[in-house]
Amino acid sequence: MSNLLAWIDDRFPLTKVWREHLSEYYAPRNFNFWYFFGSLALLVLVIQIVSGIFLTMHYKPDASLNAAGVPVAFASVEYIMRDVPWGWLIRYIHSTGSSAFFIVVYLHMYRGLLYGSYRGPRELLWLIGVVIFVALMAEAFMGYLLPWGNMSYWGAQVIISLFDAIPWIGPALSEWIRGDFVVADATLNRFFAFHVIAVPLILVMLVFLHIVALHKVGSNNPDGIEIKKKKGPDGTPLDGIPFHPYYTVKDIVATVVFLILFAAVIFFSPELGGWFLEHDNFVQASALNTPTEIVPLWYFTPFYSILRANIYNFLWIDAKIWGVFFMFLSIAMFAFLPWLDKSPVMSIRYRGWMYKTALAIFVVSFIVLGYLGTKNPEQVDLILLPNVHWAGICTLTYFLFFFLMPIYTRLDKTRPVPERVTSK
Amino acid sequence: MKTIHALIIVPLFALSAAVQAAGGPGARLDPVKVDLNDQKSLLNGARIFINYCVSCHSASFMRYSRIGQDLGIPEEILKKQLLFAADRVGDPMMAVMPRADAKKWFGVAPPDLSLVARARGPNWLYTYLRSFYRDDKAPSGWNNLVFPNVAMPHVLYEWQGHQRAVYREEEHTHIDKDKDGKPVTKTSKLKVFDRFELERPGTLSTKEFDENMRDLVTFTVYLGEPAKLERYRIGVWVIGFLLLLLVFAYLLKREYWKDIH
Repeated sequence: MSNLLAWIDDRFPLTKVWREHLSEYYAPRNFNFWYFFGSLALLVLVIQIVSGIFLTMHYKPDASLNAAGVPVAFASVEYIMRDVPWGWLIRYIHSTGSSAFFIVVYLHMYRGLLYGSYRGPRELLWLIGVVIFVALMAEAFMGYLLPWGNMSYWGAQVIISLFDAIPWIGPALSEWIRGDFVVADATLNRFFAFHVIAVPLILVMLVFLHIVALHKVGSNNPDGIEIKKKKGPDGTPLDGIPFHPYYTVKDIVATVVFLILFAAVIFFSPELGGWFLEHDNFVQASALNTPTEIVPLWYFTPFYSILRANIYNFLWIDAKIWGVFFMFLSIAMFAFLPWLDKSPVMSIRYRGWMYKTALAIFVVSFIVLGYLGTKNPEQVDLILLPNVHWAGICTLTYFLFFFLMPIYTRLDKTRPVPERVTSK
Repeated sequence: MKTIHALIIVPLFALSAAVQAAGGPGARLDPVKVDLNDQKSLLNGARIFINYCVSCHSASFMRYSRIGQDLGIPEEILKKQLLFAADRVGDPMMAVMPRADAKKWFGVAPPDLSLVARARGPNWLYTYLRSFYRDDKAPSGWNNLVFPNVAMPHVLYEWQGHQRAVYREEEHTHIDKDKDGKPVTKTSKLKVFDRFELERPGTLSTKEFDENMRDLVTFTVYLGEPAKLERYRIGVWVIGFLLLLLVFAYLLKREYWKDIH
């Protein structure tokens, strides 16, 4: 055995990689609940890739109608649900996995906001993460077209037509994206190609780079202290513990808890009342039958709300174009965080009331935007104002969190940061 | 930490309370209790579906043999008693009536019903099936309260009998603008559905008819997702196993972490 290992080590840095990234990779010993979601995101990525491979074996990206008048793609999903042994399980794993991915990633990002994980020297780590988030949104959007249900169809129709808003090149651009004048077979086939190979390849490479960057700078922690600054006589951080076995065994516990919740959805409520699988998507795609309300899945609704929130033309530019601009900007804002935050401390534990309040307003805005994205803009679902006005207010507070950050993080009274990490 | 989460949770609670208070007008649907473990209900639903629905509607994703397997119907009985519209037990449930003809006769081809329970929901179906009423203005002589001007006639009228919709007048006040744009309060009378009245009774009592429609809805719920029969059962074992695994995972973690802290 040790001979074999030596043979491999002469040709491939197996032991070296194992030590540097697991058994002698030192992570802060005070990780809390919020630090589970990085490894859980990795787990969900693997779940999606493996379940996706099996779905690809039976799914057919074909919009033409079969003998019963049903699009082949839509029928192939039902074939998976009924005739493929355990097909329903694989399909529910994949559909629940997409929502789980966003839950885990949103909590992972929120952790970054709580403890200032985006701050130097982790700017690049954070930026790679932002690109992963964008790639993930693209992956989810294109995957959602594949079942070729009516909401798939109209969702894609609405989102692609956003590009029409771009001056001069817009209509030509959206036609180029679709490969047709409307969402059609050409669109389905190219989205299939992007969803099963192009974007997953990019995602896996980005996730690899995310981990490489993480292991270069080391993890932040709930105290926002650099553990590398205090090293023992053996040269290892005093507040660090080897990732393996300590965090591997801890992550196993989190993994099992996650799987319990995941299985609960898959086996007992895969539609989750229309939040994970929309009712209108059990109707086949039809260009003649527009759903009464076109609503994206929950993970896109905050951004969908921002898209629809602006109703004013200003600076000689149409309200719709501003909406598209605000939507893209709302995602891009995350990339500027490392340079917007001027606080002397990183963790929320040592920040003052201003940042805490700002973050709370931001999270509430995000959730309210998400709720409003599922509703008709003209209706009144919250108090007093029609939804579109609440969406406008929340869009404003969403952006103020970022735009005012250099000011309130400078003014905020911070508390002294301890020398060493604290643990309960 | 705790402050920040209090700051987030309190306004969201206030919000959800406001949302609940606001409520909203929705079509009133009668709730139905669907029990997929009720074998008798499923079988009766299957019988009604195959005898009445499949004449015009397909359920093209469902095979007769699968129904036999799932509901425990022996192949011989399946062939003799349920296989009118197909030749082989492995065939999907296709409508007897050709699609093109149906389109000519009704204006639209009757939709495939494989997934209707997943798209519409059981409560909608249950209410729809019981909400046909006589309407001389409709081409078929029948209209439906939850699906106004539906092309389908009341197929089961012999069972239910003839219903008439009774309306009452309600006064509604709303704020409108007059010629000068000033807001004025206006009252208008609105015809609101009150109740159904049985003009001519059918062969079944209302209670029996409702029971049969519940069975039919139960079958369409199964039809929408045959895996539903097994996924609950399997799910209990999966989660049971994971809970057991959690105990050992936790003990392992505790053992390793003894020397930290």
